[in-house]
Amino acid sequence: MDKTVILQLKNITKKFGAKIIANNNVSLDVYKGEILSILGENGCGKTTLMNMVAGIYYPDSGKILINGEEVIIRSPRDAFEHKIGMIHQHFKLIDIFSAAQNVALGVEGEKFNLKEVNNRIKEMANKYGFNINLDKKIYEMSVSEKQTVEILKVLYRGADILILDEPTAVLTPQEIRSLFKILRAMRDDGKSIIIITHKLNEVMEISDRVTVLRKGDNIATVNTAETSEKELTEMMVGEKIDLNINRTEPVDRKLRLSVSGLTIKNSDAYKVLDNVSFDVYGGEILGIAGIAGSGQKELLEAIAGLNNYESGELIYYHPKKDKPVSFFHKTYRRVMELNGENAFKDKKGNDIDLRGMTKKDVKEIVNNEMVIFKEDEVIDLKDKSPREIRELGIRLSFVPEDRLGMGLVGNMDIIDNIMLRSYRKGKSVFLDRKRPADLADRIINELKVNTPDSHTAVRKLSGGNVQKVLVGREIAASPAILMTAYPVRGLDINSSYTIYNLLNEQKQRGVAVVFVGEDLDVLMALSDRIMVLSDGKVTGIVDARTTTKDEIGLLMVKSDKNEVKE
Amino acid sequence: MTITFLMSAIAIGTVLLFGCVGETITEKVGHLNLGIPGIMCTGTVGGCLFISLYLNSLEKVESASWIMLILSSLFGAFLFACLTGGIYAVMTITLRCNQNITGLAITTFGNGLTQFLMHSYVDRSNFSIAGKIIAKSLPFAENSNGIVKVLFGHGFYVYFAIAIALLTNFIFNRTRVGLNLRAIGESTATADAMGVNITRYKYIAILVGSGIAGFGGVFYIMDYVKGSWENAATIEAFGWLSIALVIFSIWKPSVSIIASYLFGALYIAAFVFGNISFSGREVLKMLPYVITIIVLIATSMMNKREHQPPASLGLNYFREER
Repeated sequence: MDKTVILQLKNITKKFGAKIIANNNVSLDVYKGEILSILGENGCGKTTLMNMVAGIYYPDSGKILINGEEVIIRSPRDAFEHKIGMIHQHFKLIDIFSAAQNVALGVEGEKFNLKEVNNRIKEMANKYGFNINLDKKIYEMSVSEKQTVEILKVLYRGADILILDEPTAVLTPQEIRSLFKILRAMRDDGKSIIIITHKLNEVMEISDRVTVLRKGDNIATVNTAETSEKELTEMMVGEKIDLNINRTEPVDRKLRLSVSGLTIKNSDAYKVLDNVSFDVYGGEILGIAGIAGSGQKELLEAIAGLNNYESGELIYYHPKKDKPVSFFHKTYRRVMELNGENAFKDKKGNDIDLRGMTKKDVKEIVNNEMVIFKEDEVIDLKDKSPREIRELGIRLSFVPEDRLGMGLVGNMDIIDNIMLRSYRKGKSVFLDRKRPADLADRIINELKVNTPDSHTAVRKLSGGNVQKVLVGREIAASPAILMTAYPVRGLDINSSYTIYNLLNEQKQRGVAVVFVGEDLDVLMALSDRIMVLSDGKVTGIVDARTTTKDEIGLLMVKSDKNEVKE
Repeated sequence: MTITFLMSAIAIGTVLLFGCVGETITEKVGHLNLGIPGIMCTGTVGGCLFISLYLNSLEKVESASWIMLILSSLFGAFLFACLTGGIYAVMTITLRCNQNITGLAITTFGNGLTQFLMHSYVDRSNFSIAGKIIAKSLPFAENSNGIVKVLFGHGFYVYFAIAIALLTNFIFNRTRVGLNLRAIGESTATADAMGVNITRYKYIAILVGSGIAGFGGVFYIMDYVKGSWENAATIEAFGWLSIALVIFSIWKPSVSIIASYLFGALYIAAFVFGNISFSGREVLKMLPYVITIIVLIATSMMNKREHQPPASLGLNYFREER
């Protein structure tokens, strides 16, 4: 390999405020014609470091050298002048512009002529094997097309050093493969490519060398061929950790939730969910895979009663067997119906007949826990409010990107956030703070939440710790169904595995766990079955133990439209 | 009757067109400038001040030349409007104050300042003569009637407004500057990452936009009402109408030409058709706003991304914000 050093970082330090040190004395060399991975956990400073090369941030101290000469990069424009281009994780594209307009944006010193721009882009596209329609508007594009536009934008400016921030996070396995092909073609053309990532298998597959960052420090730079995933992980985390998800065989599998024909239309009358049917069983983890925005959010919200649905049925099997019944969520009529089905017995096990009793009597014997239910109650969730559904034990731990948006209140402390679940309990008008406080302490201890005390506002905790509080609170409510969406997004490896283990524990206790994930490796290692959603439709439910990534990837993009193509 | 009505509609429309194009330019870089009514006021006083300075420098007022009157009014209006817009620009771009509050403050301030300057420093004694000179149209149209009069019988400012609107439209859609401007309004962070000088573009857009809006008021005073200062308070009302007009013209300067004449017609109908009832007149005055609301509803229902306001409208930008 050609060993010309093209980019050098020397003793770069960057602080945010007085306390947060994003990069501490980091030095790094990039060669011409290589793919270098920058590996590290979330928050280790890898994006910050590259943002300084791309001119988004300015280093507090240290030097940047290009071709051996010291340069000062104060803005993205400076970076382009030094032939450095960065493709950000959150795409920076103008939605209502076409691909060509986006590429032309901000380029100066040449005549503005979109036709000319089009021709030049096409030339580049052919050279490296891109496939793109340049007149398409960004808002009509898929994620991978948008990424292509981003790469073209950088190439169009003549960049020789390309920085890609988490480029594979939102792509399907097939799209990742074609991206890697393009990246290799560009490397072979003499361009230097830097990939910021936290995915080990991709590091091993694509890069020539790896630089590992941990908490702002440069730990080591190694040749990919001379290292292993295990070694890299240890460098990333700084200690030996067990990266196995301990998946047990499902025991005592019981039908908990049966979804059939669920259809949801959004405000534009577009079917975000189209005739979705599946079953959820207690004691197993059902993974849900799919490209972001394929209807995962709407599905979970519908089950939790937050979303109105067009048609379909949600039948919940309430685990009441051999337990005293309470009828707070049932009408007297429904109790009488169940009575007709011979569903009750008394404490001694004899059948009980409620017929002929007055409403008041029924209420009394029920509330004195004299009645025991024989089987799982069958409950139609259609006419239930979110509150009633929650009382039934369906816990929705729905964690979108904006973690503090829906799950927790950022400015309140851990105890108050726990009380959000239980504020209705207690008899007096005054709040009972004792029990939530105990629970908070328990969650902090058991899940190793890193916080000064339980009175700290959750906003001040790091992403992983916020997540632990949220999941801890949901689990403490002993749910029958636990639904989690992207529960490890933004978490470090250790926290992620803590969450996986928690989910597995719940599964072993007979809870039906629904896990919406984006990392296919994790989905395949954690789930028992994986349901794949594509554009609101279920394209397949596969056995997680026997399926392959390719199979899931194909299901993820399968639709009526492109079925012919495949 | 019809001729007068159409002439007035176009004249009022021209006032609105200046304000609307100015506001559109500002909004395209993502700044909602509610200070436009105040800026139109200060533009008026600036133009009037320079005209009075010019007139006072002459020995005989009747000898005032058309070109000098036009130039002094243009320069004065642009300068004062730019200065007022400059306050808004510094506050919202550099100091990142809330745009709505800053804009409202500028409007109140501009209106008050205008009344003060107009009464204390502007010599309005010869304005009626100057007004006649400024309003002069091309010789052949002066004594014509009918459609020729409606199309060509106006003073310089009417055609100047159309030219500015068309030029703005051309810049937006056909030049790199326009591409960059629109990009800033849609996603400031993106434009920044692509190396567009955000601060410079924003300042220039707001200053130029304010300056253009400033022409509106001076045209109204000097040309339409021929130098009278009785209805000066209407200028602020025109400012609000211009902001509504931006929405109506879905942020397209070319559309705004027709739209502003329509608004002008609706506005003036209430005065020209004197024989309708009081309530009927109020309904007519209300119509532009009602139409604006209908357009907002219609564009939001059509859900076409190109017809939506610039996505970053009203949001201040700070690069290192995380």
